[in-house]
Amino acid sequence: MKRGNVIKLTITVILVVAFVVLSIEPLSDPENGISLGLDLRGGVHLVLQAEPGKDSTTITADDMEKARAIIEQRVDALGVSEPYIQVDNQKKRVIVELAGIDNPDEAVELLKTTAKLTFRDSDGNILLDGSKLKDAKAAVDNSMGRPNYVVHITFTPEGANEFAKITTDLLGQNLAIYLDEQMIQNPVIRSPIVNGQGQIEGYASLEEAANYAVLLRSGALPVSMSIVEKYQVGALLGHDSLNKSLNACLVALIFIFLFMLVLYRLPGLIADFALTVFSVIVLWVLYGIGTVLTLPGIAGFVLSLGMTLDLNIIVFERIKEELRLGKSLRAAVDAGFSRAFITVFDSNLTTLFAAGALFLLGSSSIKGFAITLIIGILVSLFTAITFTRWIMRWIVGINPRMNKSFFGVKEVR
Amino acid sequence: MTDKKLGGYSSENKPPKNIIPAEGGVTYEQVKKQYRFYFNVVNKRYIWFALSLLILIPGIISLMVQGLNLGIDYKGGSMFNIRFEQSITQMQITNALDSVGLSGQVQLSNNGNEVLVRTDALSDEQRDAFLKAIEKEVGSFDRANLEESLVGPAIGAELKSSAIKATTVAAILILLYITVRFKFIYAFSGTLTLIHDVLIILGLFSIFQWEIDANFIAAVLTIFGYSINDTVVILDRIRENEKKMKKRDSYEDMVDKSIWQTMGRSLKTGGTVIIALLAILILGGESTKIFALAMLIGVFAGAYSSIFIASQLVVEYKARFGGRVGSKKS
Repeated sequence: MKRGNVIKLTITVILVVAFVVLSIEPLSDPENGISLGLDLRGGVHLVLQAEPGKDSTTITADDMEKARAIIEQRVDALGVSEPYIQVDNQKKRVIVELAGIDNPDEAVELLKTTAKLTFRDSDGNILLDGSKLKDAKAAVDNSMGRPNYVVHITFTPEGANEFAKITTDLLGQNLAIYLDEQMIQNPVIRSPIVNGQGQIEGYASLEEAANYAVLLRSGALPVSMSIVEKYQVGALLGHDSLNKSLNACLVALIFIFLFMLVLYRLPGLIADFALTVFSVIVLWVLYGIGTVLTLPGIAGFVLSLGMTLDLNIIVFERIKEELRLGKSLRAAVDAGFSRAFITVFDSNLTTLFAAGALFLLGSSSIKGFAITLIIGILVSLFTAITFTRWIMRWIVGINPRMNKSFFGVKEVR
Repeated sequence: MTDKKLGGYSSENKPPKNIIPAEGGVTYEQVKKQYRFYFNVVNKRYIWFALSLLILIPGIISLMVQGLNLGIDYKGGSMFNIRFEQSITQMQITNALDSVGLSGQVQLSNNGNEVLVRTDALSDEQRDAFLKAIEKEVGSFDRANLEESLVGPAIGAELKSSAIKATTVAAILILLYITVRFKFIYAFSGTLTLIHDVLIILGLFSIFQWEIDANFIAAVLTIFGYSINDTVVILDRIRENEKKMKKRDSYEDMVDKSIWQTMGRSLKTGGTVIIALLAILILGGESTKIFALAMLIGVFAGAYSSIFIASQLVVEYKARFGGRVGSKKS
């Protein structure tokens, strides 16, 4: 019995230490570990609302799907890893989340532009539009002695024919090039262009030209979009928030560990041990279900840490009480856990209800908080009740007559 | 093992059989001696009620008069946090706003190297014009680390209604649960205590006009859970002790004893959670500050009200309406 318990205890401790040590690397890996929300590594959250046009035509699900595909193409051009793009058909919105981009400002500009390319005569009549473009590429033209940033455009065969006709008709006149309602160039046609190739000039940098090329390539959005919600966090600030939160968590943990140790001695040590197991399990579950860790998520995690402790405290206080009544250690431990379970069951279920309502009805940042809280409560029921109980039983089994002061109880005479 | 008990317990509302209630348990006198700072909580209950009203009434008045300071998450608006290389003045920013016909709140931080500007929800054109004006009037800033939020008025209203919906549903669920699991008087005093705690948070946030952001609602809901959790632990003990009561025992003394029997847990849990929250408040980033502050007030209020309000309401009910309170026949 005694030896069996010592062996079980030793094996558990070794397993847990191995589990914790082996978990650190895969969980904290910046590439494949727990993914961080944009508030922790910078990025932008954007909600684009499709606006009905002047002729107030209704926006169809098909329009939204097209818009999503086009936005996706533009996001791809930004080279963002794991972008999140979602269409809310009911409210006619596209939600885009780009974490870890260097220049959120530029990205937003790229995504919201309708990018309808039109060629117009001097009276403003639209002669041809960008839907007949086959390709667009940015390039540097050095023929004028200084770098000239341009976008080469290629028309589809049909577009090439129309373009040839227009440039023949308007020979010697101006052909204005508009992107949406903004004129970007107004060149004079010197000779008909029959090969379906064109060039738009006047960009300040190759980067700007490249962005416009992306817009022209991906095509125009079928509806114009306006930004109704935007959260933009610089990488520096995100990093700062991450460090501060981790720091806060670490300090809170150290304090809590010491607090428990001083208050409860041996059971305190067991609680600290169980707390470590709790933290690692919660992180693994979060990782397993692919949750993105955000600031409210970290807050939810810290809160569930506090609740786990409450479980331990309720149990330990109860054990102390039973010991004061003169019960044996073994009986006190059993009674403490059983009686405390009743209390703990009610109190935790109540909090689960609150967290559940939050998860179902809350906005996305509240959901992040609720999910960590729910996972935290469920895991804590295991670690603070079942796991701690095993360990306590084993330890008490090793020496049922051990000094009660290990449990923070002064002998009552 | 845990599961079996969970099922059996919840359906019959009886403690598991293997618990032998200690014969008579500790006496009231023994419990009193455990604490050097012991005082009779129950006898002084009108002091606690008065103390709560002292905080509640100004809070409620403030809520009615000046309301809450809703952040842009709920009322819509634009917010910019701009970092400069050099230190800047409030005047420069206000001038830049003026030059493009905008107005807003300006708040400097980080030794004047950083500024927080809040305005109404800006259109794309207004936003671009504003940032250009800043560059012209104040100087260049760190564009890659510009922090910016925009919540359109429609979205703000949606967030607000979804927050209210979430809170109401959570509250109803909690109340239903306690009513089913405990007797009416517990649900009644638990509810009043809950409202008490939430009103204290809302009242203080209104009095000091602290800004309410998206995370605030998460804090309020957590307090919902925490407060009821905290209260249930003490009420649970009262229920347990009531069953052991002898005919001549005074109900007040029994409640006082229950409060002091759970005092250790109340103080220790409260203490640990407060440590964790203080760490978040002091060391955490700007965005978790409101959350930590609301939680801190809530945990204080929750711990206070579980000890000094919830069980006193049960005593008050018993004193006025008599009868066996709160325990289903066992």
